[in-house]
Amino acid sequence: MRIKLHVWRQSSRSDKGHMETYELDNVVAEMSFLEMMDTLNEKLTVEGKEPVAFDHDCREGVCGMCSMVINGEAHGPKSKTTTCQLYMRHFDDGAEIFIEPWRASAFPVVRDLVVDRSAFDRIIQAGGYISNHSGPKPDPNSIPIEPNLAETALDAATCIGCGACVAACPNGSAMLFTSAKVSHLGMLPQGQPERFDRAKSMVSQMESEGFGSCRNYAECEAQCPKGISIAFIGRLNSDFLKASLVEPIDRRGDMKAQ
Amino acid sequence: MNRIQTLYNSIIGKKVIAAVTGLILFGFLLGHVAGNLKVFTGSTEAGIPHIDEYGQFLKVAGEPLVPAGALLWGARLVLLFSILLHITVVVQLAMFSAKSRPVAYVKSKKKAASLPALWMMFSGSLIAGFIVFHILHFTTGTIQLGEFEHGYVYNNLRSSFSNPFVAGGYIFVMLVIGIHLNHGVWSMFQTLGIDNPDRNKFLRTASTAVTVAIILGFIAVPASFLFGAMPEAANYAHDLLTGH
Ligand code: HEM
Ligand code: SF4
Ligand code: FES
Repeated sequence: MRIKLHVWRQSSRSDKGHMETYELDNVVAEMSFLEMMDTLNEKLTVEGKEPVAFDHDCREGVCGMCSMVINGEAHGPKSKTTTCQLYMRHFDDGAEIFIEPWRASAFPVVRDLVVDRSAFDRIIQAGGYISNHSGPKPDPNSIPIEPNLAETALDAATCIGCGACVAACPNGSAMLFTSAKVSHLGMLPQGQPERFDRAKSMVSQMESEGFGSCRNYAECEAQCPKGISIAFIGRLNSDFLKASLVEPIDRRGDMKAQ
Repeated sequence: MNRIQTLYNSIIGKKVIAAVTGLILFGFLLGHVAGNLKVFTGSTEAGIPHIDEYGQFLKVAGEPLVPAGALLWGARLVLLFSILLHITVVVQLAMFSAKSRPVAYVKSKKKAASLPALWMMFSGSLIAGFIVFHILHFTTGTIQLGEFEHGYVYNNLRSSFSNPFVAGGYIFVMLVIGIHLNHGVWSMFQTLGIDNPDRNKFLRTASTAVTVAIILGFIAVPASFLFGAMPEAANYAHDLLTGH
């Protein structure tokens, strides 16, 4: 296969950056997208040029590192697929491919396609935990959970924190990520004690990181490699509303009869 | 009060305020379109078109529980407050979001975002302009696009809408409102956390159905006058219209 690449090159955080064009003619359809990038980097290295910096780790769709906007879509054209699981057979011979980093003020570009996603870590730190005793290990399955609830919470837990939702959202909103993280804890019994505080503090952290506001486009769900549902955004809205208006409700006290 | 302030200061809270004020405005549209349809129900025995009578009724509605005009002005204030709040929060949210992507994509593709959803600010701004124009046209009579006399609602409509540009303009704006509501009504459910995968299809279909019904109702009035399907109103004396 022959392909033409337009890749974002930016040497440092402060560099303005630009698109650069490369031609590759030794691409094999069985290569993964990242292997194609490796091939490009080998070629650049041999030519004495600086290889393209890009993030990757597991290369099997679980770590969420391989952030690239490919032809205008986060993680490329195949839905529910991370960049590392995308293959060159998904592209035509002679294809022209645009590769850009996630674009969000909260995800500054470190170099080329590598962005700094620590804003997500700070959202997690703000409330993505449960409190637990540190005594003896409890029996497995000692807390009964309704199966549907457990499955829905697990769906939310499949979020790999890749940031594609932010990259895809025309408003640069992180609501899908935050709602998935708030929900997978907040739906389970173990997550109840902090449920409403969690919703408030994670949303507040999300706001101060500078992510935009959700306009209910569902673009995040469509480009999320794990297909996280915007139903979790509705759920977060509802928990956040309760947290700011009514919870915690103090119901202690005497009552009189009449 | 403190809690309301916390809510108002958050982006989710502002969005909820957009949804609640949107719901109030939507409720107004429902009432407005129902009232408008009185154009088609004919006249009283004295020859007063029902729509003129309805206009009179709105002025005194609530009597004798509240003084004449109190209910009308109360409703107007609630609506004015709602629309100003709606505009304030959506503009604040848009300004907040505008900072979230300083460098634009060279290539960007939309897989799910619908055009009505992407055009909310555009359709909303047109609606805001239209509301001001509409009040100056049919309520105060400041903008004259045909003969206008206070209280003679039917004749005023007939005179303005016989002009194809006026009727066409109104029909166009109604379509724009429909586009705003097609996304807006469903979006309200999502914002308030009422939508869920098991009722998503129903809520979306219902939102579109209600929107289409409202918009057809609104369009029916200028369209009927434009195509000459409406009889001329009998000339009736001023003194039959009390309150003018
Ligand atoms: C007839 C009057 C109007 C009605 C019935 C109406 C209704 C609605 C509804 C129901 C929503 C959905 C809120 C949500 O997603 O939670 C909405 C959103 C919106 N409206 Fe309106 N609206 C009206 C007038 C306006 C005006 C005058 C503007 C002027 C700027 C406007 C701009 C917007 C925008 C930008 C949104 C999207 C807000 C967001 O998602 O952040 N609307 N509207
Ligand atoms: S919600 Fe989806 S797109 Fe967003 S971070 Fe999680 S896995 Fe990635
Ligand atoms: S490299 Fe781990 S998800 Fe792609």
